[in-house]
Amino acid sequence: MTERNTGIKPDDKIDQEIGEAEQEILTPWKLVRRKFLKRKPSVVALIILAFIILVVALAPIISPYDPNELDMTNTKQPPSKEHILGTDELGRDNFSRVLYGGRVALQVGIFAVIIQVIVGSIIGGIAGYYGGWIDNILMRITEVFMSFPFLPLVITISAVVGVSIPAEHKMYLVMVILGLLSWPGLARMVRGQILSLREQEFVLAAKALGIKNSRIIVRHLIPNTVGYIVVNATLGVASAILQESALSFLGLGVAPPVPTWGNLIQYARDIYNLQHRPWLWIPPGLCIFATVMCINLIGDGLRDAIDPKS
Amino acid sequence: MLRYIGRRLLQLIPVIILISILIFTIVKATPGDPVGSNLDPRATAEQRQAERARLGLDKPIPVQYWNWITRSVQGDFGDSYIYKRPVIEVIPDFIKNSMILNIFVYIFAFLVSIPIGIITAVRQYSKTDNFFSAFSIIGISMPTFFFGLLLIYFFGVKNQWFPISGMETVGKNIEGLAHVKDVLNHIALPGIVLIIANLASLVRYTRTSMLEVINQDYIRTARSKGLEEKVVIYKHAFRNALIPIITIVGFTIPSLFSGAVMLETVFNWPGIGRVLVDAVNLRDYNLLMALNMFFAILTLLGNLLADIGYALVDPRIRVD
Repeated sequence: MTERNTGIKPDDKIDQEIGEAEQEILTPWKLVRRKFLKRKPSVVALIILAFIILVVALAPIISPYDPNELDMTNTKQPPSKEHILGTDELGRDNFSRVLYGGRVALQVGIFAVIIQVIVGSIIGGIAGYYGGWIDNILMRITEVFMSFPFLPLVITISAVVGVSIPAEHKMYLVMVILGLLSWPGLARMVRGQILSLREQEFVLAAKALGIKNSRIIVRHLIPNTVGYIVVNATLGVASAILQESALSFLGLGVAPPVPTWGNLIQYARDIYNLQHRPWLWIPPGLCIFATVMCINLIGDGLRDAIDPKS
Repeated sequence: MLRYIGRRLLQLIPVIILISILIFTIVKATPGDPVGSNLDPRATAEQRQAERARLGLDKPIPVQYWNWITRSVQGDFGDSYIYKRPVIEVIPDFIKNSMILNIFVYIFAFLVSIPIGIITAVRQYSKTDNFFSAFSIIGISMPTFFFGLLLIYFFGVKNQWFPISGMETVGKNIEGLAHVKDVLNHIALPGIVLIIANLASLVRYTRTSMLEVINQDYIRTARSKGLEEKVVIYKHAFRNALIPIITIVGFTIPSLFSGAVMLETVFNWPGIGRVLVDAVNLRDYNLLMALNMFFAILTLLGNLLADIGYALVDPRIRVD
């Protein structure tokens, strides 16, 4: 009897599971979502990041003042009801500037990574698909880019090229520099994936159907590496935001009057502001920290969900 | 093995040439007359022309490049505009200062982070693991310069426990042990930032590569043979986990200098990173090009060292 009982129960369970599975067909992305949702820190991070993005996107509505509006009668104010984070030496409202600064920081991070993904997946895709001498040349170029001393070179280029670019366009320069120097890692990963994918039957089938090589790469091969690209890109946004903030802090990235979290921290380079007006520079720093941490946690969660190996 | 190293060294040459062309082009693309900042503003047009000719700036760009690279190979990088001395005499001091700040920090970070990485991987999802995972994610998400500023704020100005700027107390000509103590005092705050930032990424890295190895079949085989857990972890697993860790050691060598750019600026540490920022801001072109070459060669050597390390640990790599 007991044997039967134990024998029946699992069967019931299996039936139940089959029943559930029939109700919902699990596509790979649904599986990813399920696994992701199981990781609590990542889910919390996603919620916080969504909130940050929402606040920053709605900056024109939320912020009480124009971030560039000067008010010479109201300079260097400590935090008050009217100015939550005080005002700077030109009477601009610091809270508004932090909100708008977030827009710039996030935009630079995201667009830098878009450039990185486009360049990286095209080069990795071509190298992996064609192989041979094309692969050889492209990978040598990738190695050259990988052996660039990243921060010194970024600083040098940004300073040299930045001279001839007006302040309000400097954020585009930063995006392009960061994007064009950080694709090699992604290119190598895409190449590695495609090297193994191109031997599979579906590629042979596509070739037999007479589909163009460029289309096979873009429509059949790269979509198969999308999981890895998404993980890489997510973590890439985090490091691009960190790099932009470092550059802007040095005065070599996004330049005032355009606010960004990095250049707002520049207040701290003045020892008086550092000591007596912490409300000017600590909030933008904490914003960078919180945003980057959320993105890193989300990236980790995605990696666990997408790439079962790690 | 020697042949492998020799071949790898030869492969570096075209890469170095490419990088030097790139650096030269970028610096030459700068708008503005490099003579202008160098010369008395009252100089006449003829004097300017003479200065341009003396510096070889009137020649075509490829010729200028050739002159620069041939002189650089012989160790002549021209004069520094900021320091009014040959670049080659200026740089070693700053390298030494950067080493003082970084070297102990890195040795310490490696010695501590590798065991922590192993423990957290072996006891995945334990309390220890969760603690260090949280620590790592905080450490890698914190902008180092902001962390440095926070330390300055809390421990340098609110409580004046540590000096916040420079490498030694200015005007106090102290010698011997007292001097060492003074320097250590100045290292304290930037050192804490560097240790925490490096621990965070190294622990994370060791843990990931260890986890990858632990989940492989041969580890299960080793366990099922009845080997002691210690032997499995330290003899079978760790050796293979070491390969990716070596990469990080290689990447770390250049970041010994370039990674500290931000911190040296924040703490006004007279190292190679801060000099880079100065050279950029004051448009000291000769110094700037030399520094970039220095960082590039360092990066390449770091990568090479990592590859040699691979080949030493893993004979499979040597074949290719």
